[in-house]
Amino acid sequence: MSQIQQDLPVSSLELQNELKGKRLPRWAPWAVAGGAVVLALVLALVGAISGIPLIAVVAGLLFVVGETAWSFRVEGRRHATDRFATTIVYTAFVVAVIPLIAILFSVVQKGMAAFSLDFLTGTMRNINARDAGGGVAHALVGTIEQVAMATVIAVPIGILVAIYLVEFGRGRLATWISFFVDVMTGVPSIVAGLFIFTGLILTFGLERSGFAASLSLVILMLPVVVRTTEEMIKLVPNDLREAAYALGVPKWRTIMSIVLPTAIPGIITGVMLAVARVAGETAPLLLTTFLSQSMNWDLFNGPQAALPTMIWDQIASGTDTALDRAWGAALVLILFVAILYVGARIIAKVYAPKTH
Amino acid sequence: MAKRIDITDLNIHYGAFEAVSGVNLAVEPRSVTALIGPSGCGKSTVLRSLNRMIEVIPNARVDGKVLLDGQDIYGEDVDPVNVRRVIGMVFQRPNPFPTMSIYDNVIAGIKLEKRRSKKADNDDIVERSLRAANLWGEVKDRLGRPGAGLSGGQQQRLCIARAIAVEPQVVLMDEPCSALDPISTLAIEELITQLREEYTIVIVTHNMQQAARISDTTAFFNLSGAGKAGHLIEVGPTQRMFSNPEEKATEDYISGRFG
Amino acid sequence: MAQQTLSQPDEVSIKGASVRRGDKVFFNLARSAGIFMLLLTGSIGLFLLWKAIPSLQSNTGNFFTTQTWFPDSTPPLFGIAALAFGTLMTSVIAMVIAVPVAIGIALFIAFYANRRIASSLGFVVDLLAAVPSIIFGLWGLSVLMPNMQGFVEWLSTYFGWIPIFANPEEVYTKSILIAGVVLAIMILPTISAVTREVFLQVPRGHMEASLALGATRWEMIRMVVFPFGKPGMISASMLGLGRALGETIAVALILSAVFEINWQITEPGGNTFAANIALKWNEAGTNGLSALIASGLVLFIITLLVNMVARWIISRRKDYSGAN
Repeated sequence: MSQIQQDLPVSSLELQNELKGKRLPRWAPWAVAGGAVVLALVLALVGAISGIPLIAVVAGLLFVVGETAWSFRVEGRRHATDRFATTIVYTAFVVAVIPLIAILFSVVQKGMAAFSLDFLTGTMRNINARDAGGGVAHALVGTIEQVAMATVIAVPIGILVAIYLVEFGRGRLATWISFFVDVMTGVPSIVAGLFIFTGLILTFGLERSGFAASLSLVILMLPVVVRTTEEMIKLVPNDLREAAYALGVPKWRTIMSIVLPTAIPGIITGVMLAVARVAGETAPLLLTTFLSQSMNWDLFNGPQAALPTMIWDQIASGTDTALDRAWGAALVLILFVAILYVGARIIAKVYAPKTH
Repeated sequence: MAKRIDITDLNIHYGAFEAVSGVNLAVEPRSVTALIGPSGCGKSTVLRSLNRMIEVIPNARVDGKVLLDGQDIYGEDVDPVNVRRVIGMVFQRPNPFPTMSIYDNVIAGIKLEKRRSKKADNDDIVERSLRAANLWGEVKDRLGRPGAGLSGGQQQRLCIARAIAVEPQVVLMDEPCSALDPISTLAIEELITQLREEYTIVIVTHNMQQAARISDTTAFFNLSGAGKAGHLIEVGPTQRMFSNPEEKATEDYISGRFG
Repeated sequence: MAQQTLSQPDEVSIKGASVRRGDKVFFNLARSAGIFMLLLTGSIGLFLLWKAIPSLQSNTGNFFTTQTWFPDSTPPLFGIAALAFGTLMTSVIAMVIAVPVAIGIALFIAFYANRRIASSLGFVVDLLAAVPSIIFGLWGLSVLMPNMQGFVEWLSTYFGWIPIFANPEEVYTKSILIAGVVLAIMILPTISAVTREVFLQVPRGHMEASLALGATRWEMIRMVVFPFGKPGMISASMLGLGRALGETIAVALILSAVFEINWQITEPGGNTFAANIALKWNEAGTNGLSALIASGLVLFIITLLVNMVARWIISRRKDYSGAN
């Protein structure tokens, strides 16, 4: 290296410095991280700090300060800022993943304790808060029935709205519908429950039932179904439509036999995700069907249980046995949602439109 | 200011795919070197390797040496950020920063290094760079307006002004006229001829007349086959390359028999 | 207008009436569904207003400034002041925590993470959105709250001189702060998903231009990504805010519902529009239900406004990016 430097004219030496820019070695972040962890552990041993979360936070802070300071000394302000930002960005991601893992871990760990075949097949009939036992069968049946009914109502309407928006909608009406579909996605779930309660139960004397709960879920599902269907229909290439028109196929037949079948895998995926979201809704159910401790197969008569409202009820009971049941029901609910999610992913993967 | 570039045994891979292989090329200071060849022959890839912009593409790998006045820009302690300050770049599509004014676009590079520079200094740099880019007369009264509001050709000259505001040694141009109309193209070509007095310029172009008009040296790249790596076929003074090429492939390409 | 929208080739079809009739029926069906959507949104507000009026008329307090909730006593006395305060406070805390973290996540997935695993990492964050709010509530109440107690105590011990962190009673659970933290986790995926989409749309040419000027990755983000993504980041945050304002169950489980405005966010207390409805629903009489509906109407209007502003900003951004 020194040999080369001697051979070079002065201007190139300057240039070399210009290009070079002192960098930290590749192992620098790892070294700082190791140092930070060791120092944090030493602090913990001395007794200055305690508890794994606090040790982790202190180690993290030491890392940020150490790396940024070192980089500032060696590499200068710009690279130090860049490294600082990189650390913060990575941390943000970790910060988001920690609660996800913590929640899933808690649900699985505590839910498994309550989980058994009896728990899946039993109901809460004649089980008091302090009693052990009981099960989720009535709640699972309620959730499945309510969600299924909500899907049956929301999907056709949602698809029609989406078709209108993509295939017909140009004027101001379509703009408004599109805007309010977006706005509807932000309607709080409890407002959906209030609406069904005021609009149908108070005004038209509909009984509080699983069906009323389904209708409140429809309000929450509709905008999601419209949006995902819209996206999927938009993905259908225009060539397909034009080819059909050129053959003299009427527009409605083109939509029904060409556009929708092409888009259907994506629509199914979207619908399953929407179902997964509403399956965990609690608030609207509390207002429209409330609770039941026993099996009620009839969606249209009498209060019906559901997994989320059962968890709510068990937490409210406040005893240890009830809390165990709440975790058990939470595990069942998470599994239910997870099956829908994984199913949606598989459908999306298998039937993904081959665009390229 | 201008420096020479020496490329030795340059190989570039995208993952397992070899895009360019075995390129050896010398770029003289204060000259215009044109890289020509059919689509996919790797000329843009080579250009992007000259200021390490190639590293922006995931999985890109560069082997071989690129020497800037004898210094390997892929050397161990070389900072790509510094390389790009010394070797500026102008892209195919004019890309002034849409949220910045004309003025701020020109000093965008300066602001990275000096957070607080004097207004008067900045004014000087803006005027000098815009004059050098033949744009000053057209925009001097509306420096505060968005850069995206200019015409395509003006936007491209703004991008050239932005690139030379940081006083680079070399300016790389990746088909700078392919998105422009003929009149704007002419303006850019004139500008390139002027810039040659001060900078080393390497330009990729699809337009052979353009290469013939503005370059001193022409390098012809070609594919050795579909899905295979691009090679440097021939390099020489532009006049000779267009009148009397040594390789048959060069002659075929220049005479429009393929590509 | 209906004629105008039917501007497809089939309109000039020579096949004649039968084809047109099929199209017409189908068009009307689709349009009715669309109009139904509009009516639905409109009728939510109308029905809530209609059923809220009786309690509003019988209320002896000021609906907006009263801090108590006795709609079923004679005479009825209730107001939303404490609810509005608690809703706002929990949401603000959630936003303060969630917005920077969510932007960090979006940056990570768009610009820092390895391309091959980036979409999977995005999916992991989206999974957080799939966790039902009742489970957030359960976890927040029985896992997070006990674990956060030490931190809250530390906060109020060393930063108690800042009035909002003061905690003279030295009880560190069931507070607005904890509810805000849980809400922050819940709205993270909403904000980061929208922000991420916007970041991924930043034109490659502009990013390359800044790198070619010798910008570091962070400088490129500040120079190009943030200016381009600003409207998207704002509207993503507003969408998150909308979610936080309307979240019911997790907040209802965590807060120790109290009807007073208490600025000391580490103390037990607080209440929100949504949580109050869920908690009071079963014990409410006729006027009580009407009063809860009235508070629900306020919540509906607030979230509607927040969402409309968010959507409006996004739709303006579309025009803007289309111009480039």
